[in-house]
Amino acid sequence: MDIVPYLLLATLEGLVQASVLMLTALGLSLVFGVMRVVNVSHGEFFMLGAVAAWVCANLIPGPPYVPFIAALLIAPVFVGALAWAADWAILKRINYNPEATIVSTIGLMYIIQQMTLITFGPDAQAVDAPFYYTVRFPWFGYSGYKFFIIAVAIVLVGGLLYLLRHSKVGLYMRATQFDKETAQNFGIPVTKVYSGVFAVGAMLAAIGGVLVVPSQQAHYLMGHDPLLLSFVVVIVGGLGSIPGTIAAAILIGMSDGLLSVFFSPTLAKIFSTLLVALVLVFRPQGLFGKAGR
Amino acid sequence: MDTIDIKKNLTLPRRSLLKGMAAAGTVLAAPGIIGRAVAQSGDVIKLGAPFHRTGIGAAYGRWYERTALAAVKLINEQGGINGLPVELIIEDDGTDPKRGVEAVEKFSAEHKVDAIFGHLFSHVSAASAPRAGELKMPYFLCSEAHSLAAGAFNRYVFQPSISDVKSQVSSMAPWITDNLGKKVTMIYPDYAFGYDHRDNLTAAIKAQGGEIVGDIAIPPTETSYTRYLPRIPFNTEVIYHVLVGPGVLTFVKELGEHLGSQRPEIFGFIDSLEAVSFDIPQLAYLDGTHFWEAMPRYAQPNQTSFDKLYREKVGVDANGASVDDAKSVATFSHMFSVWETLFAMKKAMEMADYKGPKQKIAMLEAMESITGFEESNEFPQGRKIFNGKMHQSFAQQNISKVVDGKLKVVHTVSPEDTLYPDEADYTKMSF
Repeated sequence: MDIVPYLLLATLEGLVQASVLMLTALGLSLVFGVMRVVNVSHGEFFMLGAVAAWVCANLIPGPPYVPFIAALLIAPVFVGALAWAADWAILKRINYNPEATIVSTIGLMYIIQQMTLITFGPDAQAVDAPFYYTVRFPWFGYSGYKFFIIAVAIVLVGGLLYLLRHSKVGLYMRATQFDKETAQNFGIPVTKVYSGVFAVGAMLAAIGGVLVVPSQQAHYLMGHDPLLLSFVVVIVGGLGSIPGTIAAAILIGMSDGLLSVFFSPTLAKIFSTLLVALVLVFRPQGLFGKAGR
Repeated sequence: MDTIDIKKNLTLPRRSLLKGMAAAGTVLAAPGIIGRAVAQSGDVIKLGAPFHRTGIGAAYGRWYERTALAAVKLINEQGGINGLPVELIIEDDGTDPKRGVEAVEKFSAEHKVDAIFGHLFSHVSAASAPRAGELKMPYFLCSEAHSLAAGAFNRYVFQPSISDVKSQVSSMAPWITDNLGKKVTMIYPDYAFGYDHRDNLTAAIKAQGGEIVGDIAIPPTETSYTRYLPRIPFNTEVIYHVLVGPGVLTFVKELGEHLGSQRPEIFGFIDSLEAVSFDIPQLAYLDGTHFWEAMPRYAQPNQTSFDKLYREKVGVDANGASVDDAKSVATFSHMFSVWETLFAMKKAMEMADYKGPKQKIAMLEAMESITGFEESNEFPQGRKIFNGKMHQSFAQQNISKVVDGKLKVVHTVSPEDTLYPDEADYTKMSF
């Protein structure tokens, strides 16, 4: 293949990767930014989204786009409710203590994984895409559905940013993130904000899972990679910085696309790990993070 | 927010902690205690079956288990082995080498089984086989890796049913170069099983005057493949694919999207689509491509009575799907090896009048003295040549074409044509 089609394919792959990463990493970043909770079970929320899409595809009749749209609505609600319950039952009880939340979300990760294994089974399950359309370039064909993933991610992230900057809920969240105690003194229901943020973070991951499942397959172990990459993005972008997360998602997603098409996916993983190491050494607060607040 | 004392919440009183540990210990030990109380060696022949119930081999594991249960039921209905009933003890190895070894150890130390059979994925069997040898535990593979025949294992390890990759690949290569093309691009999993394909196909294609123009190794846990596909060179005449794991359907789908109608010839190993139905829209483009099959998934016009009985006992219909659920497609081209391996073990045990571990060596020597198996209810896949020195069987291979969403056998390679010179002599090893 010549360089031009190669580059085009790499860019497309990178953009799809970046879109999904943006959603999952934003969830992780939001939870950390506002609550100072490192959510290790974030990848499982992603996986639950994919599994929910499969359940919808099996229970809801009609052409493939009907269960898919249903899954886009049902999966985040279900996963959000689960996250809300987890916040109430676990995180609140341990007072959001940083070390304890890490250990308990690791526990939560295994519980969700094993429950999925018991109910959903160990097989990888395919889900039909809402539509089939192959975009034919002169050199190769590319799934039209993947363009749809990019579009949905842009709309969702745009919506979230607008919500954060221009709504009362967003103000509450930013106030809680900036200074928890002062926010509480001003009458902001911090505990409710925490529960809400944890749920929203999980919902973003779930939407990522629903979007990915027609181009991959639902599998109970699929949460591992998105979790790892989301951590990479959040560390590189700066913990808790939303613009940083978006920029880092695009950087990591694109570099992953380009490197893995031109060289090998393993090299792409090495690169992202190296980037994390360099960022931690030379700019521990992340590329966009603010130091020591 | 009110502050909660973390220490208070996380510390258990020592007494209740100890109590809890004691209770948990008793519960954990219980299966072992009960297990030992029920069966004693000499009353029953206990066979350990480590299957891939979870992990990337789960689809295979489910069907291996179903096939093994059907075979054991049939054996027991026919009076067991040497008058002793056969008991199956199944452990999940998670398609994980470490857990595979643990299962072998558990079968040996706790369940005290007579023999172990059933590992498929080569990275699991590669780890488990040496441990079985150390524990002097007869270990029967239902895998395809070439390691055993190449002499990498030990005297306790046998593969009496399915043939190894080397004999599969080298015996089919002439058909590929004669009928599909001489410039081949290989796409294979990046571990032992894939390397067997790479090494043996490269040699076999070269021997036919062909050339490997592309060589793409894909990590076994990969879920997205588009990024690998640009590496298929434009002058490729044949794409040779063999992949296993959760993402294979995605691979085939993305290959279809990427290549479109201007595709080269495609020759795949059915491993890429075991347990996957062919008549789904994503796979429509595979029509007209070819697959290797050890045992044809779809009942062929010349179906033998043996194939018929085997399908009936395992509960598989003429399309290779479960009789109770047409959506549940079998790993048909591999799972026969569990059935046949059980009957091969039975034959060796009968030859040695096996009643318990005292006749273990005699049983292993009997196995080594076997020269083959005839096509029968016990060996429905077909006649086999067994090489007692290499501990490996050689069987017929089928090449099938996808026609209207079904697989139709177009070429069959006889067991004799799959032979290659001996690479090992396990009979020279001590027990």
